[in-house]
Amino acid sequence: MAVEVILPKVDMDMATGRISSWHVEEGATVKKGDLLFEIETDKAAMEIDSPAAGIVRNITGKEGVDIAVGEVVAWIYEEGEAVADAPASAPAEAAAEAPAKAEAPAPVEAAAPVAAVPAANVEASSGVRASPLARRLAKEAGLDLAAISGSGPKGRIVKADVEAAGKDGGAKAADAAPSAAPSAQPAMSDDQVMKLFEEGSYELIPHDSMRKTIARRLVEAKSSIPHFYLTLDCEIDALLALRKQLNDAAPKVKTEDGEKPAYKLSVNDMVIKAHAKALAMVPEANVSWTESAMVKHKHADVGVAVSIPGGLITPIIRRADEKTLSAISNEMKDLATRARSRKLKAEEYQGGNTAVSNLGMFGIKDFAAVINPPHATILAVGAGEQRAVVKDGEVKVATVMSVTLSTDHRAVDGALGAELLAAFKQVIENPMTMLV
Amino acid sequence: MDAQVETATRELSYAQAIQEAMAIAMERDERVFLMGEDIGVYGGAFQVTGDLVERFGTDRVMDTPISELGGAGVAVGAAVTGMRPIFEFQFSDFATLAMEQIVNQAAKMRYMLGGAVSVPVVMRFPAGSGTGAAAQHSQSLEAWLGHVPGLKVIQPATPHDVKGMLLAAIEDPDPVMIYEHKLLYKMKGEVPEGYYTVPIGKAEVRREGADLTIVATSIMVHKALDAAKQLAEEDIDVEVIDLRTIRPMDRQTIIDSVCKTSRLMCVYEGVKTLGVGAEISAMIAESEAFDYLDAPVVRLGGAETPIPYNPELEKATVPQVDGIVKAARDLVTGAR
Repeated sequence: MAVEVILPKVDMDMATGRISSWHVEEGATVKKGDLLFEIETDKAAMEIDSPAAGIVRNITGKEGVDIAVGEVVAWIYEEGEAVADAPASAPAEAAAEAPAKAEAPAPVEAAAPVAAVPAANVEASSGVRASPLARRLAKEAGLDLAAISGSGPKGRIVKADVEAAGKDGGAKAADAAPSAAPSAQPAMSDDQVMKLFEEGSYELIPHDSMRKTIARRLVEAKSSIPHFYLTLDCEIDALLALRKQLNDAAPKVKTEDGEKPAYKLSVNDMVIKAHAKALAMVPEANVSWTESAMVKHKHADVGVAVSIPGGLITPIIRRADEKTLSAISNEMKDLATRARSRKLKAEEYQGGNTAVSNLGMFGIKDFAAVINPPHATILAVGAGEQRAVVKDGEVKVATVMSVTLSTDHRAVDGALGAELLAAFKQVIENPMTMLV
Repeated sequence: MDAQVETATRELSYAQAIQEAMAIAMERDERVFLMGEDIGVYGGAFQVTGDLVERFGTDRVMDTPISELGGAGVAVGAAVTGMRPIFEFQFSDFATLAMEQIVNQAAKMRYMLGGAVSVPVVMRFPAGSGTGAAAQHSQSLEAWLGHVPGLKVIQPATPHDVKGMLLAAIEDPDPVMIYEHKLLYKMKGEVPEGYYTVPIGKAEVRREGADLTIVATSIMVHKALDAAKQLAEEDIDVEVIDLRTIRPMDRQTIIDSVCKTSRLMCVYEGVKTLGVGAEISAMIAESEAFDYLDAPVVRLGGAETPIPYNPELEKATVPQVDGIVKAARDLVTGAR
């Protein structure tokens, strides 16, 4: 019996994925666990292994095109087994099995409102039987085939079914999308926008899946979370001095490239640690909002926004409150490197309790960041710069870094947010506390 | 209509229309002559040449020995030297004996000699079943020759078209193979007097419809039209396309029709597998019409068997009106 190879769900939000490259060819003999192909999701690349041993046949999943989760992309045949034109598939069951891997490491997100709406519709659409015409009409009308019942043989959806569904208006793809947030109507239609520009004066760049995800998630976050913002200035001369002292004292370790310091701390590594420590000091602010209950976290899992070509991603330093600065620093380097080559695993960027976004390296003085659900806070970090500060009636020069905490008011009220930010300032201005 | 010059029409049989086309061609062009077994005094196996030998003499209506290979070779040779031969096979089945001349010589010569010569030969093939002539005299092998670049292969379905397409074939610089269904010879239809041509490579929409496109060839065009009439009583609106030419195929007419009706059925007498309908189906699957299909493509072709001698079995091996009606109904009402 041939075993089907499906496009697995490797990401909570994932309705479709793209195969970035196949590592086997039609007719290749594989062992169970051999690398078959790589998936590019909106955030990461993931390697998919063979579910069985045998011969790879009927590779239908093309590289570089959007494929629905659960869709059969190839078959593994036993040696000598007759090859059917199109083996019968059970995509619905396959799709149901697939997400387990992605869900396990992200229990927090599973409870969060974003994931609260069942994504069953989206998963099921991969196995929908529909005529080419019905598929085209549904796509043009923005209807989700999975929400349409087919009147044709074996439940095939035909043109008449799509037309009937269009009249009902009950199968809009937007309704079936895995989002509880009311998706905001665009202020202007594409046509209206395009009319404002002279033809030939621009180039159209199609959105890739990361761009679409960023757009969707941010619209959801900014339109469903009541943000408020708190800003503080932190003096970081002591922090810079400590950083230099620690880096100078870093022991040398032997690597393939010769001797290297065991760590090289950045200001951002220390900000991550300080933020995690502040959350540990003010545990009431280390929370996530759900409709039914407040999720009070026992550790500080800090997401760190990493800019990558074409977008950004937020890998997470788990239990940053318990980790040493050098551990955070080295972990961050590894995550950032793999983020840029889109090799992060889903569990490395999903979930988390809060986030840090640092634009200081661009000279930005201060800014307010958008909260990334299921977080309740995000800390926006500006550049450390020398400013005139007044102390005891005298003007002095100090290195000052402005930070702005964006807060989900449903979960963290103003005074609590201020308490958290004050704790952060306390740690960052007394950096030795990070070492104990 | 396609005719370049149309005058009065009158009813002629398909065979008479062919004969008239050949007579007009011989009157207009002294290079045109006829060859074939028993086409002279006997008038041809299906009486298509009739009394032409009396009007044009034995130099222009030549009986050949019983050697299809020899006759075809003479015709190809004459065409290369500038003549316009029309070579009649008694049965299209005997094309198998002349394959060397048709496939390796007539189809290739213009190409291999860099365009220095052309082979303006016309070969006529009485084809198809329904005459009780059994397995060796009833085949529809047009797809064989349709597979050969360098040939043009036509299947006129009406007296009007066979006259106009034969005249077009005689003027064509390349070898043209005409498949004439034997049951069509006695079919009557309006045929314009005098000279006109019907273009090779252009299909004709015989009946417009909204629910289903049937692409049919030769005698199946008439069966499809009969079926369409019955289906109209059930409010199933069938479009019938007469393919007319299988090489070069008029893809656009079929694509346009399928985009309109969203359903396609191919009806042809040749064996279903690897036949004309296989080509049409695959062509549609590759075309922009794919995204307009609302149901699987259906082929009704000849059974995978030699044509039986028994007349009831003979009928059962090729598509008939009842079968077309049922298949079309199933397709449109969603039973398949």
